[in-house]
Amino acid sequence: MSAHWPHDKPDAGFADAVRAAFPDAALTEHVGELTLHIARDALLDVARRLRDDFAFEQLIDVAGVDFPERPERFEVAYLFLSLTRNLRIRVKLSTDDTAPVASLTGLWPCANWWEREVWDLYGVLFTGHPDLRRILTDYGFTGHPFRKDFPLTGHVELRYSETEKRVVYEPVKLAQDFRSFDFLSPWEGTDYVLPGDEKA
Amino acid sequence: MNNRDLLTEEQQARVLGDSPASALTVPSNLRDGFLTDINKEVTDNGFLVTSTEDLFAWARTGSMWWMTFGLACCAVEMMHTSMARYDVERFGFAPRASPRQSDVIIVAGTLCNKMAPAFRRVYDQMAEPRYVISMGSCANGGGYYHYSYSVVRGCDRIVPVDIYVPGCPPTAEALLYGVLALQRKIRRTGTFER
Repeated sequence: MSAHWPHDKPDAGFADAVRAAFPDAALTEHVGELTLHIARDALLDVARRLRDDFAFEQLIDVAGVDFPERPERFEVAYLFLSLTRNLRIRVKLSTDDTAPVASLTGLWPCANWWEREVWDLYGVLFTGHPDLRRILTDYGFTGHPFRKDFPLTGHVELRYSETEKRVVYEPVKLAQDFRSFDFLSPWEGTDYVLPGDEKA
Repeated sequence: MNNRDLLTEEQQARVLGDSPASALTVPSNLRDGFLTDINKEVTDNGFLVTSTEDLFAWARTGSMWWMTFGLACCAVEMMHTSMARYDVERFGFAPRASPRQSDVIIVAGTLCNKMAPAFRRVYDQMAEPRYVISMGSCANGGGYYHYSYSVVRGCDRIVPVDIYVPGCPPTAEALLYGVLALQRKIRRTGTFER
């Protein structure tokens, strides 16, 4: 394990202390990084105690993940940093497109834009957020583009209309279909036949 | 072979405009008598005779202020073009961060859907004659993001483009070449119809 970054991996005492403080949560370690899997409604309590009891002063990032095969398809990951103790911890919880997650804006104001981003790209709802609206996608955008079932090319495209003298939205019409490239080496044996090569 | 065949098309045009030098190189039957008379009047008197079209083209190409429109990594190469090493200002090509006072806009980078109306507005604010240089794969046709839900598949869907500079990103030399190509295009065609 010592070959992995970070070299100053959390000592066992810290992991045990976290385990003791959150008996309902599961703490896992992978390549020297700690992850705390918690229940959705425990988030505010866990986050406050991590900040006040374990000195995790900084919220580094809030990220969303989509696992379409799971009953609760979305995962929200929070990355915390303790500057005073040189420690990091990741907190994960799962949700779906209707169950809301508590907002961390009351504890870390920086969570504001990240939660907006997770809402924008995945459609995860946050309760207690002061201004939960889209942050990255186009004005009037529909859908949540980082969901795995969102079509790659989206639904609309833009062009300037000389008759209307403005930029107009139109349904996507691709001049060239999306091509999926297969980079398998033909010298190692391929299991496909290229069009036109059927007789060879 | 007569003298005329020895000259390029551009040189022929110049001598038929009857500069003093043409008296030495062009046979008299090819000269324009009216212009010859004028030239006799003005030679060595501090005058220069040319066509208004040439004068306008010279003025336009000699001081092109370009609107910076850096959208992505291409913008860094655009900055290199204007900095000391490539120094695009030696061609009279000066950066100007105001659309109302610039002649050409360089679209340097990925044009997103959200940016497209703002880009069109900037272009509309520029005074005629105005030119557009599309820099890099993304601005030319969407490039790497061609199939993306959020990227315009080429900035020519939004504005008319005069020069496309290929590359991802194009080197500073490539953009410089694009600038020279635009100047050549303006000199050759004058004011183009759209």
